[in-house]
Amino acid sequence: MGILDFLKRKPEPSAGVAKERLRIIVAQERSTRGGPDYLPLLRNELLEVIRKYVNVDVEAVNINLERDSGHEVLELSVALPDGKPVI
Amino acid sequence: MTEIIVVTSGKGGVGKTTTSASLATGLAMAGKKVAVIDFDVGLRNLDLIMGCERRVVYDFVNVVHGEATLKQALIKDKRHENLFVLAASQTRDKDALTQEGVEKVLDEMAKENFDYVVCDSPAGIEKGAHLAMYFADHAVVVVNPEVSSVRDSDRILGLLASKTRRAEKGESPIQQHLLLTRYNPNRVEAGEMLSVKDVEEILGISVVGVIPESENVLAASNAGVPVILDDNSNAGAAYKDTVARILGEERPLRFLEPVKKGFLKRVFGG
Repeated sequence: MGILDFLKRKPEPSAGVAKERLRIIVAQERSTRGGPDYLPLLRNELLEVIRKYVNVDVEAVNINLERDSGHEVLELSVALPDGKPVI
Repeated sequence: MTEIIVVTSGKGGVGKTTTSASLATGLAMAGKKVAVIDFDVGLRNLDLIMGCERRVVYDFVNVVHGEATLKQALIKDKRHENLFVLAASQTRDKDALTQEGVEKVLDEMAKENFDYVVCDSPAGIEKGAHLAMYFADHAVVVVNPEVSSVRDSDRILGLLASKTRRAEKGESPIQQHLLLTRYNPNRVEAGEMLSVKDVEEILGISVVGVIPESENVLAASNAGVPVILDDNSNAGAAYKDTVARILGEERPLRFLEPVKKGFLKRVFGG
């Protein structure tokens, strides 16, 4: 630290944030990698159907494909918002 | 046996062409017969970095389409007689390359007894990038310590493991080498930049080299001399280490420690 350094604005240490964000997104993208190509499409269409009835966010629909020995499980979870349905 | 090395990254501007030029030159300096191919059809640039832009007569697409022989299109490097450049076409579009065409050229290179063929991939994951990696035995994945570059390189690592000839034929997988470029140890120490360890942890693969951010890289590209030939630069020395490691030598990583500023700089900044 020099005596004139206080005149310059120091950027906040941000590498930790970058690492955490990358860790999460990379893990998420790896989990869908190698899965069938229709998953993102399925997710979008499901979202459209659900939106006809409930006003949910894009983030609210989660699709996971889990591989167990010999069989695959398609897991779908929808976080419904508080309050009444649209219709 | 001709070994094919793809230099790839996903994201643009991270140093693929700089790396391709220095890697090819370094392998040639080690006595290998080397060709380096620019796969970026329509955006030729390797010739500039190699300093042979005024000697391009025929290009990669001409050879693929049988409009020129491989011998006619290969440009011999001015500094190393066992190093050759195959330029990308500047006028054709990216569909000018086909898998069969690329395979034909690579087979011909094997017949010419090249030890290494370095494929300089275009950015992205489109056709050009796919063809550059498809036949590879080794991949050098160039990554910057920056979020979008790290994410894209993870995507590329996934493609290397699934969408290449070795993967499709069920052969032993491509050897993946992660190369971290534009590394700034001072910013890492200040907590402003991902460290080598961070990147290795996120991607789950260790680095084959770390190239420090250096003004010499721009100077080298200005002059058309691969930075590995710059004996006074840390980046050049780091590329030399990297090439030695790819050739199987063990060398410790260098230039990872912050450069301490002198007294005057500490007082007055800079």
